Amino acid sequence: MADVIVVGAGVVGAACAYYAARAGLDVTVLDRGPVAGGTTGAGEGNILVSDKEPGPELDLAVLSNKLWRELADGVDFEFEAKGGLVVAETPAVLEQLTALAVKQGVEHTLAGDLAAYEPHLAQGLAGGVFYPQDAQVQPMLAAARLIRAAQDRYGHQKVRLRTGVTVTGFLRSGGRVTGVRTSEGDLLAAAVVNAAGTWGGEVARLAGVHLPVLPRRGFILVTEPLRTPLVRHKVYTAAYVTNVASDNEGLETSAVVEGTPSGTVLIGASRERVGFDRTISLPVLQRLAAQAVALFPVLRDVRAIRTYCGFRPYCPDHLPVIGADPRMPGLYHACGHEGAGIGLAPATGHLLAQLLSGQSPSLDLGAFRPDRFPAEAHS
Amino acid sequence: MKDLAGARPEPAFEITVDGRPVSVLPGQTVGAALHAAGIRSWRTTRFGGRPRGLFCGIGVCFDCLVSVNGSPEQRACLLVARAGDEVVTS
Amino acid sequence: MNAYDLVVVGGGPAGVAGALTAAQAGLRVALLDSGARLGGQYFRHLPASFHASREGMLHHGLDRFVRQSGTLERLADLRLGHQVWAVTRQEELLAVHAVMTSDGPHGHPVELPVVLRTRALLIATGAHDRPLPFPGWDLPGVLTAGGAQALLKGNLVAAGRRVVVAGTGPFLLPVAAGLARSGTRVAEVLEANGGLGLAGHPWLALSKAGEAAGYAATLLRHRVPYRTRHAVVAAHGERELTHVSVARIDRDWRIRATRTVECDTLAVGYGFVPQIDLATQLGCDTGHDLDGSPIVTVDASQSTSVPGVYAAGEPTGVGGAVLSELEGRIAGLAIAAELGTPPAGEPPAVPGLLLRRRTRLRAFARALQQAYPVQDGWQSWLADDTLVCRCEEVTLGAIREAQRLGATDARSIKLLARPGMGWCQGRMCGHAVACLAGQAPQPPRRPLAQPITLGALERISDDKPN
Ligand SMILES: Cc1cc2nc3c(=O)[nH]c(=O)nc-3n(C[C@H](O)[C@H](O)[C@H](O)COP(=O)(O)OP(=O)(O)OC[C@H]3O[C@@H](n4cnc5c(N)ncnc54)[C@H](O)[C@@H]3O)c2cc1C
Ligand code: FES
Repeated sequence: MADVIVVGAGVVGAACAYYAARAGLDVTVLDRGPVAGGTTGAGEGNILVSDKEPGPELDLAVLSNKLWRELADGVDFEFEAKGGLVVAETPAVLEQLTALAVKQGVEHTLAGDLAAYEPHLAQGLAGGVFYPQDAQVQPMLAAARLIRAAQDRYGHQKVRLRTGVTVTGFLRSGGRVTGVRTSEGDLLAAAVVNAAGTWGGEVARLAGVHLPVLPRRGFILVTEPLRTPLVRHKVYTAAYVTNVASDNEGLETSAVVEGTPSGTVLIGASRERVGFDRTISLPVLQRLAAQAVALFPVLRDVRAIRTYCGFRPYCPDHLPVIGADPRMPGLYHACGHEGAGIGLAPATGHLLAQLLSGQSPSLDLGAFRPDRFPAEAHS
Repeated sequence: MKDLAGARPEPAFEITVDGRPVSVLPGQTVGAALHAAGIRSWRTTRFGGRPRGLFCGIGVCFDCLVSVNGSPEQRACLLVARAGDEVVTS
Repeated sequence: MNAYDLVVVGGGPAGVAGALTAAQAGLRVALLDSGARLGGQYFRHLPASFHASREGMLHHGLDRFVRQSGTLERLADLRLGHQVWAVTRQEELLAVHAVMTSDGPHGHPVELPVVLRTRALLIATGAHDRPLPFPGWDLPGVLTAGGAQALLKGNLVAAGRRVVVAGTGPFLLPVAAGLARSGTRVAEVLEANGGLGLAGHPWLALSKAGEAAGYAATLLRHRVPYRTRHAVVAAHGERELTHVSVARIDRDWRIRATRTVECDTLAVGYGFVPQIDLATQLGCDTGHDLDGSPIVTVDASQSTSVPGVYAAGEPTGVGGAVLSELEGRIAGLAIAAELGTPPAGEPPAVPGLLLRRRTRLRAFARALQQAYPVQDGWQSWLADDTLVCRCEEVTLGAIREAQRLGATDARSIKLLARPGMGWCQGRMCGHAVACLAGQAPQPPRRPLAQPITLGALERISDDKPN
């Protein structure tokens, strides 16, 4: 019997497993698919502090940023401390950006001479703010290698990864969760962590609790590999910050452009709520291309060779769900990180491991409480 | 070779490959012309620096990428050569 | 809106037959192909500037094909040099998105988007060679069999001076025969399957056509050895191919003994991969060919599961030029019937005669596929440092490491180790990676079926409906 069962081998589940094992707990990670086969395999891998309004999510992001750096020292997941550049088209937007940066209180510099940061940026932009802490990882490798590192460091007997195992129900006894029912039989554990990402609501429902996690679709365009990098940092427009926090149902896009170690350029980001629909949307791709070219005119002659979409796990208030579920003792949640799950994974795992091992978490988890949503309307 | 198809090709023209003249029969692709001239490797890979030239010959594998008249990463096997084309290998 | 009745993608035997049949029935037809000439892989032929009087020597049936192409040129809108990268549904119609390159202001080529709207679509995109990885397979001088053929048939260039032809399947014969006739020294032809030798070649046994016999005779005349249960298991050379390791293999393709053969060129092919990207973009049902390749499922009239979308030729299963042409014709007739313009002088439905011929040809194609399976033993030819993915330079070792990390299928192996992420989008390594993952190859998911510049993508809606 494991101390902890983690449902979901995405980056969040992997981080939970890593920190739980580090805290001395015996962990089994389950996933119905392979490792990193969910949204972790469909994102971009940015670790951002720049795009968050001051508040609990920014605090989480700052902690996570520090933890990613610690993890990168010893585990190889293509960590790049490249920094993020937020650019403003107009002086008015630049003023807003600057004001936000001051309020955020994270390390930043005003980028007066944009060309010094990004020689290929379009002319005529008003300016920008540079955030040196913004970084990038290869998220799939990060998830897989975190689990591997936990095994290597804390014992292959203590950390088990079981792929191809679907959780179909929960075992309960005396009003608390005692394990899970799976496609491969029942598994007992003192605690179960729901790290099922976009499917976190479904897993919660199996345990009889309501958790409103829904998909928000995003497309990424990937270019041909370039011989000489054209884009040095993660570069995005100010509109990105407002889109991230927006409640709009319809399509929103804002340019997010960055190079990767393999030489390709990733172009995001679209956000729309269309359920789990994978149908390719050419209008979305067209807009992504147009915005990228507007920001970096040299990209006009560069070819897109691939595109993919994923489903960000979002909650109505755009905050993740992290912590013990008071409605169901023994059940913990670590899901609903929307477009920031890669960035926020280590802090999530770290804080949850503190809870699991009976410590008080080093950051207040109040804003991320699982029971903060109004009860589901019963029909 | 020409007997094989009873071909009477129109007069050859020249293109340059890294400044060196290479003769081409009208209608041939850049890749075929290079191959015929004994140039069989014209690209190195970005990680291992491995030499590459034609492989699939029909535009699917992208191994034959070459820069032509300043346009990078053209598929040599698809691109029909034109007199005076400047081909640059990498 | 002024839409086409039918847009055909692919200008090989299937596409040309489909387009011609439909156009002759009075439909408004456009045909797109990425090549500079019609023909596809099979009827690839020399440009007019070669004035080739005896080109039929290079392949059977070419003269007829060229005549058909000529008629098609008059009856339909031919769009060569167009690469179709996506097809989407637009209300009642289908939108076929292509890019074409034209000369920009300073002689600098620019890529332009083209959109054709149509009531029906015929997917006749053919197939490409299916290579298998082995040590050294990325050395210049190693070509696919189809690549060697394209050099010869389309450019009159011999792939090399001393060539080894290897792999499996009937296609090796015309490649080797063509090279031998062009005066190239064909050192050996190595067929990984079969125990019967050339005389017992199932093509000879099954077909009454003189085609295969002609190839066999050519090989004999040029004293080219044809060895079954042999394969090239490694290619060697510093910067170009200088020699190969040839192995005698057992029925599972495990190596029994090897020797070295000097050559400057290797033409190698292990069957074909049908190109079905456009069909999967539209959500057409797929199945698996006998050899495991994903193919589009079609009904008796070549119609896919998606209304208005038809497929003919290799995308419905690899079966060669004759079957492809027949399927194209059947599709053309069915589309004409469906769109309500009965072809003059012919009954609207597809004649039973054609359907029966198709049944026979498909049985023949199946028999050939059965005779030339790809056996798992090829995996034992690879070393840890052998490249499996050429584009991203992913070794077998890296793939095995991804599997140890929890990547249990081809898709997650790709996410962790990058095979298939590069330029060719897994067209070259996809089959091999699936086999290494212990899976049947999955239908492709390629929303961009061809690379497209961001500049063209940005302008896809500029193009006025035709
Ligand atoms: C286009 C796009 C771009 C993005 N860019 C970024 C970015 O730059 N930076 C960033 O931080 N974030 C980004 N994100 C968001 C990020 O990808 C997610 O927040 C993150 O991956 C969530 O991780 P996870 O582990 O919670 O979920 P997942 O990775 O989805 O993992 C959940 C796992 O649970 C498994 N599972 C579900 N149900 C069951 C069951 N019943 N039994 C067993 N297993 C089950 C699934 O198979 C899956 O593997 C982006 C997202 C998208 C779509
Ligand atoms: S040789 Fe394969 S794309 Fe040109």
